[in-house]
Amino acid sequence: MLRDITLGQYYQADSVIHRLDPRVKLGSTILFIITLFIFDGVAGYFVAALFLALVINLSKVPFRFMIKGMKAIVFLLLITVVFNLFLTPGEALFTIWKLKITREGIRLAVLLAIRLSFLIIGSSIMTLTTTPNQLTDGLEKMLAPLKRIKVPVHEIAMMMSIALRFIPILMEETDKIMKAQLARCADFESGNIIKRAKGLVPLLVPLFISAFRRANDLAMAMEARCYQGGEHRTKMKPLNYARRDFIAYAVVVCYLVLGVAAGQLETALLAFVGITGGV
Amino acid sequence: MPIILDKVSHIYGQDTNMPVKALNNINLVIPDGQFIGIIGHTGSGKSTLVQHLNGLMKATSGNIYFNGEDIDDNDFDKKKLRSKVGLVFQYPEHQLFETDVFTDVCFGPKNLGLSKKEVELRAYEALKLVGLEDEYFYQSPFDLSGGQKRRAAIAGVLAMKPQVLVLDEPTAGLDPKGRDEILEQIAKLQKETGITVILVSHSMDDVARYVERIIVMNRGCVMYDDVPRAVFRHCVELERIGLAAPQVTYIMKDLQAHGYDVGDDVTTIDEAKAQIKDYFARLAAAKKGNR
Repeated sequence: MLRDITLGQYYQADSVIHRLDPRVKLGSTILFIITLFIFDGVAGYFVAALFLALVINLSKVPFRFMIKGMKAIVFLLLITVVFNLFLTPGEALFTIWKLKITREGIRLAVLLAIRLSFLIIGSSIMTLTTTPNQLTDGLEKMLAPLKRIKVPVHEIAMMMSIALRFIPILMEETDKIMKAQLARCADFESGNIIKRAKGLVPLLVPLFISAFRRANDLAMAMEARCYQGGEHRTKMKPLNYARRDFIAYAVVVCYLVLGVAAGQLETALLAFVGITGGV
Repeated sequence: MPIILDKVSHIYGQDTNMPVKALNNINLVIPDGQFIGIIGHTGSGKSTLVQHLNGLMKATSGNIYFNGEDIDDNDFDKKKLRSKVGLVFQYPEHQLFETDVFTDVCFGPKNLGLSKKEVELRAYEALKLVGLEDEYFYQSPFDLSGGQKRRAAIAGVLAMKPQVLVLDEPTAGLDPKGRDEILEQIAKLQKETGITVILVSHSMDDVARYVERIIVMNRGCVMYDDVPRAVFRHCVELERIGLAAPQVTYIMKDLQAHGYDVGDDVTTIDEAKAQIKDYFARLAAAKKGNR
């Protein structure tokens, strides 16, 4: 039931993408997301799609896993598309009742749908191929310069990794408690919204108690091993760039250049067609 | 109400790249009124198996029949099944949520749609059955000791008056006294009400003392399914899969190896005591005869 959520889940496999330094993946993902909002022509998104296809292919993660993550945002996607479709002012193509669909509306809706789905797929590739620990390690190292202005980077990264680590544990716990209450004939599925909300009490109370208990245990265990964050902490697996990481950076830069160039070319072409068409 | 498992298999993560076969072609018949022990090392599929018995998990393939009806049929009432097959999970005290013990125990029967009077009567009976004193009834379940919490949680399942009671490691994490008390009460309950009890455990000594039939699980398969005496005769094989016979069985085997004429298929301390007494009686008789 709860295990269907893939967003933010790791998929075990041995691929080039999995072995990349988390910093490369983090940086590239952020860059990729930015490019999605810069591009506004067909050519740019074509390049982005090609780039995504290449990475998915290299990552050895089955495509349906990424689609699974999309399910969570289908609703959001639909709302965005519908609103943009009907509420963008401009040249009306056809009208249904009081709603009119405009040329600009269609353009914007399609664009946003592509942007959002690429965004989700792009970031799921990162989370599917990077363990939470690697991710926070990468983040810590990337943000290290902020330490100079007294930002507790290590502590933030530690909190993040603990939070991420607890997600599967709490999911498992939820599953267990849910089953235990189901065994006592609890009903989570029928009735109106108030009845259902009340039905969640037998699930939520034990879940909170167990979360606090686990947090407490973890704090004790860290204390018992004299955990101290920040200064002079060394890592068991320090992050070091390898050759493949530089190649990956190069590929990403290539993608950026290609995407921008394709966009420029498209506008130039459109302008040319516009001029000649006008004449 | 007998339960029949016909070629039941369960695979975890079937659509991932690492499917795990937790149950592999299980065939079992669980008749009425038996006291059964399921043993197996960690990850052998015991917990998965018992969750199939009340329909919490669905078999990947195979059928489960409760009282002659297939529990995966669309028109089968799962809620009714769960009230008939009570399942007490590992560390059941983690499921307590109400403000006091009594209300928590009422949760199960209340879900069955019984009248308030009947619900309270059943809760009271169940709490008495597990031997919890009246003074704890209106305390917060979180203020009780570990053993008492465990009893309260078991009562929560018993209050539904199940005909089959499944307990998944009911004594994990309890001290020896708490463990013995809980097992004694379960055995007493089984004797008095004649319900079927399935005890999942990896403590051979616990299982051997109470149950009349042992099912040994190994890697998702049923390895042995027999009376304790017959199962523990395979103590070498049991050791190979990370289990062992009860300690007293080893003592008796050692005694025999040292030339004492005692039986080697002893599984409980009481039997051992009888055997050793018998040996000395025979010895004395033989001495008298010589004289």
